[in-house]
Amino acid sequence: MIRDITFGQFFPAKSPIHALDPRTKLVLVVAYIVMVFIGNNFFCLGLAAAFLILVTALSRVPVKMILRSIRPIWFVIAFTAILNIFYIQGEVLLFEWGFIHIYDRGVFTALFMAVRIILVVMGSSLLTYTTSPTDLTDGLERLLSPLKIFKLPVHEFALMMTIALRFIPTLIEETDKIMSAQKARGADLESGGLLRRVKALVPILIPLFVSSFRRAFDLATAMECRCYHGGEGRTRMKKLQMHAGDYWAFGVTILVFGGIIAASILLPKVY
Amino acid sequence: MPILETKELSYVYGQGTPFEKTAVDSVSIAIDEGEFVGVIGHTGSGKSTLVQHLNGLIKPTSGAVLLDGRDIWAEPKKIRSVRFEVGLCFQYPEYQLFAETVYKDIAFGPQNMGLSEDEVNSRVKSAAQFVSLKPELLEKSPFDLSGGEKRRAAIAGVLAMEPKVLILDEPTAGLDPKGRDVILGQIREYQKERGSTVLLVSHSMEDVARVSSKVLVMNESKCAMYGTVDEVFTRSSELAGMGLNIPQVTRIFLGLKARGYDVNTCVYTARQGRDEILRLLSKARGGAAT
Ligand SMILES: Nc1ncnc2c1ncn2[C@@H]1O[C@H](COP(=O)(O)OP(=O)(O)O)[C@@H](O)[C@H]1O
Ligand SMILES: [Mg+2]
Repeated sequence: MIRDITFGQFFPAKSPIHALDPRTKLVLVVAYIVMVFIGNNFFCLGLAAAFLILVTALSRVPVKMILRSIRPIWFVIAFTAILNIFYIQGEVLLFEWGFIHIYDRGVFTALFMAVRIILVVMGSSLLTYTTSPTDLTDGLERLLSPLKIFKLPVHEFALMMTIALRFIPTLIEETDKIMSAQKARGADLESGGLLRRVKALVPILIPLFVSSFRRAFDLATAMECRCYHGGEGRTRMKKLQMHAGDYWAFGVTILVFGGIIAASILLPKVY
Repeated sequence: MPILETKELSYVYGQGTPFEKTAVDSVSIAIDEGEFVGVIGHTGSGKSTLVQHLNGLIKPTSGAVLLDGRDIWAEPKKIRSVRFEVGLCFQYPEYQLFAETVYKDIAFGPQNMGLSEDEVNSRVKSAAQFVSLKPELLEKSPFDLSGGEKRRAAIAGVLAMEPKVLILDEPTAGLDPKGRDVILGQIREYQKERGSTVLLVSHSMEDVARVSSKVLVMNESKCAMYGTVDEVFTRSSELAGMGLNIPQVTRIFLGLKARGYDVNTCVYTARQGRDEILRLLSKARGGAAT
């Protein structure tokens, strides 16, 4: 069913990672991604993986859910790995058959790239698992607020994102319901040629559009009733605040970052 | 042989995720042809999930659904034909309207069945008549109808398929009392005239008592009771424990009985209550005379 698609879901729990300020998490995820890409040998990746394992353990998100985040991109990982295996040349020939030559360096690089992508995806999924969409956009709005001096509509952008994120599950549920209702009236969504299938979508898309517009108008009315008039002069009930945990998080990340830079300079590269 | 039967039917939402939820838990029921079954239960008790199994919209996690004694999932390719025999009208069906005119929307089901143009036409007309939609409304856009009319048009869309078993999921939800009475009356009328089997999902005991011959009570994903209206409603304290209240009149008569009056407690509407009181009074007067 449609709703089986996991979409960077929030996993509510009480943990030190959940309690971190969303700005901290956003900045540190970027730092983490940078360090994974700076690291150019397996020691660096090992350090990054250890860091990821530590954070995962602290976050109380089940490992199964984190592993699930790489499922949608298995293909990309496999594809990159295969390209690397076949294209990269090295000194030691491991395997030769017709025009296929596989070198030791190819295998290493393929493995290295795959681990790198997996680390990045798992790390960023941890951000969405431990931060609610509203917190995430709040954090983003605050981080980007300096751009306001360039007349960029940061607040509007953040609000649009909040609303979009808020309504994704609702729309998925709605689509599911409408599909079931039309199937109950004998709609055939699974067979026929391309044209028939596109036509079969009409009874689903029209009610979906109608209800999206209805929701949008309702939301606009509700916002106006609460005197919303843009971000100008708006105050917050829940102010974002840095706590001791945030400083610890920065400290640990800086240490790991330093370790990875040192290792990538001192130790031999993989590629 | 029952027309529709479930055998140890179970369904789990989100199996294998941390959000696992057993919505239907080994439900075994048998529904005979021509019966009017009311399905009641608290919100979230699994009523909607259960009825979506009956026309093959949901495939059971375990157990089976038998239609005329045959497992509907025996040939998964033919599941569409099951949906023409078991018609399901969803909760808030007005949100599924899509065509340019009410006529075309009601005709969607019959057309999917591959019926001839004439047959479709006559079915649309008679379905519209059942839900008392005026013929001139048929040429209007469904989005221009009033709330109650939309609801009736959507129900007509399912009636027009003339299913052997008709299932309605909370057809009166969100309607005013008058609109509710009208729709219940029309469903009752349809059932009487066609002799088809009807399942009516509702969380209103009053509605169910008024129209059903049998009642299925769902509680926490399980089938808590299944029997005639009288059988189920005499267990009022158990029902109250499930957050369900039997109709007010019935409660009055159960109270009278408990206080030693010789009354019939199978009273579900104000009218029946009046008749029963009159009977009691005339009996008392007759007793005094002799
Ligand atoms: N699509 C779904 N995904 C996950 N859980 C669901 C879904 N639909 C219903 N549920 C859950 O299953 C249970 C039964 O729901 P439902 O059958 O809709 O009950 P009812 O119709 O009696 O109100 C509820 O706890 C509900 O939260
Ligand atoms: Mg329901």
